[in-house]
Amino acid sequence: MAVRKNQANLTAQEKRDFVNAILTLKQQGGYDPFVTTHNQFIMSDTDTTERTGHRSPSFLPWHRKFLIEFEKALQAITPTVTLPYWDWTTDRTPDASLWGPDLLGGDGTGTDGQVATGPFAYGAGNWTLTVRPDSRPYLVRTLAADTPDLPTKADVDTALAVTPYDAAPWNSSSAGFRNNLEGWTGVNIHNRVHVWVGGAMGTGMSPNDPVFWLHHCMIDRLWAGWQSRHPDQGYLPATATQNLVSLNDTMKPWNTTAPAALLDHTPFYTYDVAY
Amino acid sequence: MSKNKTTATELTRRRMLQGAAVALTATAGTALLGLSRPTATSAAVGGQEIFDEVFKGRRIQGMPMADGSGMPGMQHPGGANYMVLIDGQELHVMRNADGTWISVINHYQTFSTPRALARAAVNELRGATLAPINV
Ligand SMILES: [Cu+2]
Ligand SMILES: [Cu+2]
Repeated sequence: MAVRKNQANLTAQEKRDFVNAILTLKQQGGYDPFVTTHNQFIMSDTDTTERTGHRSPSFLPWHRKFLIEFEKALQAITPTVTLPYWDWTTDRTPDASLWGPDLLGGDGTGTDGQVATGPFAYGAGNWTLTVRPDSRPYLVRTLAADTPDLPTKADVDTALAVTPYDAAPWNSSSAGFRNNLEGWTGVNIHNRVHVWVGGAMGTGMSPNDPVFWLHHCMIDRLWAGWQSRHPDQGYLPATATQNLVSLNDTMKPWNTTAPAALLDHTPFYTYDVAY
Repeated sequence: MSKNKTTATELTRRRMLQGAAVALTATAGTALLGLSRPTATSAAVGGQEIFDEVFKGRRIQGMPMADGSGMPGMQHPGGANYMVLIDGQELHVMRNADGTWISVINHYQTFSTPRALARAAVNELRGATLAPINV
């Protein structure tokens, strides 16, 4: 069984394998389609029309499936690789080992905010942004510039205490756990982390920054943490609802898997430490 | 600033926007709401602001749109019904249920007005130009 680990506990070899699998996938042309898919959903998911990847109940199962597909693509290159997660409640500063030259590289520098260290620095020659919202082919980060603080453990626990799973109108104005975790309401967990990293992570093409996967792996782990705290609470809506992915509707773009088949992550992977 | 001067400025702005609107209508089949008929001097249509200014050296414009319209290759699913341009390039924007705004450049941070959203995008772009986005 694949185990997803805290990035802070990866060995040097695990970091190398993870980074090299990403760089190989990119070089083979398999990485950028993930960026394209994400952006297509983020631009078409709206509060008043069909919404699947974001601002809707399927935010969590959609990203779970998206990460599983990405993890499979990495494992086709290096079978032992699994996605690590970034626990930003503990690794909260730009000098965390996450941002070291052996993993993701550091904050953007200079007047253009370009990431200049690590394997994803444009100058290293292996990370050119091709699916991008603007003319810049290089990765930009502005750690802590657009919002000063990452969510705390207390913030997370506040969101994890919320029930039910989701609530009408099933969008960015909903009460419920999903929207509190996504961050359009309440203490703001997921959205805030995108803003804290800044640069590419703040855009609809956020998977251009590999930290996307480590962030969403943490969000996925928190969903599991919520489930273990509220075993009596299920995915909602349970019945067909216009514009939404209900419990047994298959999700685009895969059209094979419904949220019901993704609620239990343990057939796919486990976490080293449950939240 | 005198009242006359204010009015003159706003009229000039509206003429600039109408110029942009005509160009867009001709090239992209867009339909702008309210801009083709005289309105009050307030730069707003249907409660939505119209703006045209230079911010940090970039021309930013915002204008209400007819549903489903936009630049070639762009879609406005769900109808933001509003277009923001930076130096003439469309910034994809979206309106949230609570009335706040996001863009493809700042997708996880909400802004209370399209103008604030456009200015935030200029700040993020640091001189870079927007790329066309095909969905
Ligand atoms: Cu996403
Ligand atoms: Cu995200």
